[in-house]
Amino acid sequence: MISSVFDWLSTPANWEGDRGIISQTLTHLEYSLIALVCAALIAVPMGLYIGHTGRGRVVAVSIAGGFRAIPSLGVLFIAVLLLLPRLRGELAFALPSLIVLVILAIPPILSGVYAGIAEVDPAARDAAKGMGMTGSQVLWQVEVPNALPLMFSGMRSAMLQIIATATIAAVVGLGGLGRFLIDGQATRDYDEMAGGALLVAALALLVDFVFGLVQRFVVSPGLTKTA
Amino acid sequence: MPTVRYMVSCMIRLEGVTKRYADGTVAVDNLSFEAPEGKITVLVGPSGCGKTTSLRMINRMIEPTEGKIFVDGKDASSLKPAELRRSIGYVIQHAGLFPHRTVLSNVQTVPNLLKWDKKRAKDRAMEVLELVGLGGDFAKRYPGQLSGGQQQRVGVARALAGDPTVMLMDEPFSAIDPVVREVLQDEFLSLQERLGTTIVMVTHDIDEAIKLGHRIAVLREGGTLAQFSSPDDLLAHPNDDFVAGFVGRDRGYRALSFQRAEVPIYPAQPVELGDRPLPDEEWSIVVDANRHPIGWVERDAVEGPISQSDLQLGGTLAEEHGSLRGFLDAALSSPSGRGVVVNEGRLVGTLRPQEVLQIIRKAPRPSGDTIAGDSE
Ligand SMILES: Nc1ncnc2c1ncn2[C@@H]1O[C@H](COP(=O)(O)OP(=O)(O)OP(=O)(O)O)[C@@H](O)[C@H]1O
Ligand SMILES: [Mg+2]
Repeated sequence: MISSVFDWLSTPANWEGDRGIISQTLTHLEYSLIALVCAALIAVPMGLYIGHTGRGRVVAVSIAGGFRAIPSLGVLFIAVLLLLPRLRGELAFALPSLIVLVILAIPPILSGVYAGIAEVDPAARDAAKGMGMTGSQVLWQVEVPNALPLMFSGMRSAMLQIIATATIAAVVGLGGLGRFLIDGQATRDYDEMAGGALLVAALALLVDFVFGLVQRFVVSPGLTKTA
Repeated sequence: MPTVRYMVSCMIRLEGVTKRYADGTVAVDNLSFEAPEGKITVLVGPSGCGKTTSLRMINRMIEPTEGKIFVDGKDASSLKPAELRRSIGYVIQHAGLFPHRTVLSNVQTVPNLLKWDKKRAKDRAMEVLELVGLGGDFAKRYPGQLSGGQQQRVGVARALAGDPTVMLMDEPFSAIDPVVREVLQDEFLSLQERLGTTIVMVTHDIDEAIKLGHRIAVLREGGTLAQFSSPDDLLAHPNDDFVAGFVGRDRGYRALSFQRAEVPIYPAQPVELGDRPLPDEEWSIVVDANRHPIGWVERDAVEGPISQSDLQLGGTLAEEHGSLRGFLDAALSSPSGRGVVVNEGRLVGTLRPQEVLQIIRKAPRPSGDTIAGDSE
């Protein structure tokens, strides 16, 4: 079984072409990144605002909790049903998939940003104000740099979930690594299915590794090294 | 017609300032005082008496509920908070350094906010770090790599960096060990004298208040002013039992720090290491090649030339033009029973404890009832 999965993975023909592994991996990555950026565009400003002002904490907590409880497949089908009559072509399927991924990614990003800012040492924030920083200087020069570790863990866990769930796009006929799972199931090609699952996991690990590198580069050593 | 200015102008003035927090706590109650320009004013009092609150109202970190505060003649409430704060150096109670920034970059905060050019900001930051004894490699470290006392010193450097004419300091030396604290306090005093900075400082340590303050405001619980006066006046004439009790049981001894008097000083013939003790004296004082006293030797305890191991150390040295406290301390702590008097470190002569005590007896006594200080 394992060796036949390996055979599937090592067959050059499976990698080539616009339905091959490389092309589907890129598509998968593309969906995932678009979803992450959209989710971040919504969740980061919200988290910054709530963390900085302390206002709307309840909203943050309920969004983070409530969104997590939403079933992804359910949202996908409802969104397709609602959007299909209004949109044409691939977009009618791509947009619902995107919505699902964005909804999925908002809670971890929001709580990472909000908690990161809220947990900045009050003495540092107080000092920033006391030195004569304006509100936005306090936010960008002190709160955000100190919140980066938690912001990154939020982003990373969002990205892992997105990559795992982006397979869902294949359910409504779009590309990505999910194709191998769906197509494999349809044709009872279990090697293809298992190979696809392995590829999703490998992609997730790889992307997380890259995020980790960026994090090490961006986060101040003062927050990680104390010895 | 020439105008004559009699008064030292005042840099900071509080007029009937009250702070009532949202929960109803009255932290500061109808407080009025003036911090004179170029001097150190110390707020002292037991924990929770409103020292920090009073200090933070000056740079508008807290808004007063009632009353007015003037900084350099201007009503603080009419100034933009961020601009006001940039012009005032602020040392926060527990340092409050930015953990994500190096020591250097912490210290450069205000120069950067004031948009100094990069080189000037950096040079200035290095200079003030040197001043607080953290020169060299410390600049590159992060706050997490410093001890509590070092962090506090960076906090002081950060407040100094923007060349403020006014500084607010909230217990700036509390986490520093007594020996280093003494050194820093002395350096701080001479720095303040040199720069003429107006300082309002908070401490709960009455010794520190007396050592550093030109003016001392004693606050009592509930945030009312118990006394505002010079340190010698505070020790000599405490307003009431609370102040007398707070100033402490050895205030009589401390008050001697502010009393100067002529004390007879007897010339002493010193000996050096390698000499023999003087035959006619029970004790001889030993000096080094620069006439700096290094100890006493007892004639009957030494055979042959004096060696390092014969030296009996001990004894503080009194400055020739110092205070009665210095004289008395030198006399009481000397192994020979005679206090050593020096001028710029060099031996001048010795003094006798009985004579110091006689002079103290004739000096004006602190008033107030004597039992008050013992009420602990
Ligand atoms: N934000 C706040 N809300 C309500 N009460 C407060 C607040 N800040 C301080 N207080 C109260 O006001 C009083 C004065 O506090 P403050 O911090 O000025 O005291 P302090 O003299 O600096 O004490 P310490 O020596 O312990 O630092 C205290 O009773 C404190 O509990
Ligand atoms: Mg305090």
